[in-house]
Amino acid sequence: MAEIQSYTMNFGPQHPAAHGVLRLVLELDGEVIQKADPHIGLLHRATEKLAESKPFNQSIGYMDRLDYVSMMCNEHAYVLAIERLVGVTPPIRAQYIRVMFDEITRILNHLMWLGAHGLDIGAMTVFLLAFKEREDLMDCYEAVSGTRMHATYYRPGGVHRDLPHEMPRYQASRWRTQKDADRLNEARSAGMLGFIEAFTQRFPKAIDEYETLLTDNRIWKQRTVNIGVVSPERAMQLGFSGPMLRGSGIAWDLRKKQPYEVYEKLDFDIPVGKNGDCYDRYLVRIEELRQSTRIVAQCVEWLKKNPGPVMLADAKVRPPRREDMKGDMESLIHHFKLMTEGYCIPEGETYAAVEAPKGEFGIYLVSDGANKPYRLKCRAPGFSHLASLEEMVTGHMLADVVAVIGTQDIVFGEIDR
Amino acid sequence: MTTLAWTDVLSSVLGESARRVASLPDEVTVECETPQLIAVATALRDHPQLGFDTLVDLCGVDYLHYGRSEWKTFSATGSGFSRGVDRRVAGLPAPVSDGEGCDPGRRFAVVSHLLSVRLNRRIRLRVFCSDNDEPMIDSLVGVWAAANWFEREAFDLFGILFRGHPDLRRLLTDYGFIGHPFRKDFPLIGNVEVRYDPQKQRVVYEPVSIESRTLVPRVIRHDNRYDPALVGRPENDTKAAG
Repeated sequence: MAEIQSYTMNFGPQHPAAHGVLRLVLELDGEVIQKADPHIGLLHRATEKLAESKPFNQSIGYMDRLDYVSMMCNEHAYVLAIERLVGVTPPIRAQYIRVMFDEITRILNHLMWLGAHGLDIGAMTVFLLAFKEREDLMDCYEAVSGTRMHATYYRPGGVHRDLPHEMPRYQASRWRTQKDADRLNEARSAGMLGFIEAFTQRFPKAIDEYETLLTDNRIWKQRTVNIGVVSPERAMQLGFSGPMLRGSGIAWDLRKKQPYEVYEKLDFDIPVGKNGDCYDRYLVRIEELRQSTRIVAQCVEWLKKNPGPVMLADAKVRPPRREDMKGDMESLIHHFKLMTEGYCIPEGETYAAVEAPKGEFGIYLVSDGANKPYRLKCRAPGFSHLASLEEMVTGHMLADVVAVIGTQDIVFGEIDR
Repeated sequence: MTTLAWTDVLSSVLGESARRVASLPDEVTVECETPQLIAVATALRDHPQLGFDTLVDLCGVDYLHYGRSEWKTFSATGSGFSRGVDRRVAGLPAPVSDGEGCDPGRRFAVVSHLLSVRLNRRIRLRVFCSDNDEPMIDSLVGVWAAANWFEREAFDLFGILFRGHPDLRRLLTDYGFIGHPFRKDFPLIGNVEVRYDPQKQRVVYEPVSIESRTLVPRVIRHDNRYDPALVGRPENDTKAAG
């Protein structure tokens, strides 16, 4: 039988470890990767082109669907870009709410990442534990916006509405006894902020639990230590951001370096890795979970004490209140114009970036003065990360490809756009 | 245009090869011509006082319809929601007689956003392609490795060619796709649609069966609150009300 030197293998697009619809064409020598050619675009929806055909506010919902595990962070970059061009700043309470939900989103994203990454390389339990906590945070999304994932909650000039006082409650049913419902509702009796506060007190223990399962786990270390090493210089050259850059030892975080909203007023630390391998990136993200919990706790404390408006009064960007519309002619006109035509924003261009859970998520917005964007470009962190996949996996074993895809925290919604 | 401290260094380093253009007060935009691109990019990366070590983003922009409003009430024709819409700007088949032609200026630009992690600053670099029919500029892959996929994307979506790119293939669109979908003259609904053909037992491509329509026309309204000459006057300063 002839000896096969190298052969080509197709990985995905329907593979559970491909994190969505990644098609990888791998050239292997035995089990060692010689070349990896990612084929992307299977989820391409032309969000940017679509946004060019709609008034500004109608595209907020599309931003949720880019990186669909860190929904509100994408919205955040988009509304920031609009706010910069219009030249408005949202009220302080809205800024705190945004920061709180950005961090809740970061926890959501990292939990999803932790679960999926664990599952990919052989740790089933973490996935179940992580999804248990995600459930409560999804409930916060639901309480504030009505949907569990695609919130469309941020608006240029603030947020859609103030935090609700009550959390939705569980009800007894054929499948849930009154006793179970009461137990589940216990944390929900303190209102939404109380519910989030209870979460921040309980969550560090949950992180400890994940760490007990993984951090010193021999198998986990064998699968991640010294896998996918990226040097700091190379990480910058490849356009890395977020935990991928910090894992390589560069202390770069937009929340600290180019602060937006109220991050300057909050107390938190930026974890930095040392070796730039999958294990360090894991440690960085775990520490980010703890830091995000700290930020959320600080926001809750501030929000409890400081009621106030959550949206600008500027009638050009804010739709009038329903009751005003019934009696006030001008409100009715404003409502009609905003809902049919939208608002025009001044000619210009801007780039607004936020520290999304995966890295720098930026929106490059070009306006020619119309009621729709002239050009919208979403700079997705995962795009540059996946572009360097070949470099990261070449020379590793086939099984390590899965570890590297996991550590990059790939989500195709944002890469394919 | 304000002067940030380091922008003096910028203009002295780049000299004649690039010029600074107007942008928001806290942003810096420079434009250069295609032959100087690599020299400008290398200077931006390597000069110790500029140090733009990271390419954050690179994208194409098609300026074909820039500043053009679709809303033409005096010549309202058509039907349904789309009435009153300038059919050519909206990407619909043009009516027979139409006075305005294409913008004669330069159409395609490549915009890069650079970041200096070391010095914590950003810059935007724009280069217009000199040829509208066959836009081509030098590839930045040699300067920042991150440009690789961004340039493939710009080639795919806008048809901009990058001279010296190691692997200029389509990235986001379908295998065998025809056209460059983000060009302003490419219809939003596309040209072809796919369906499964039970007779042929495979997926077939057919011309689109839906009709393009505009739900909200594109309008440009000048708001005097954003007029630089008027901003700051108390009666126009409604933004402070919030």
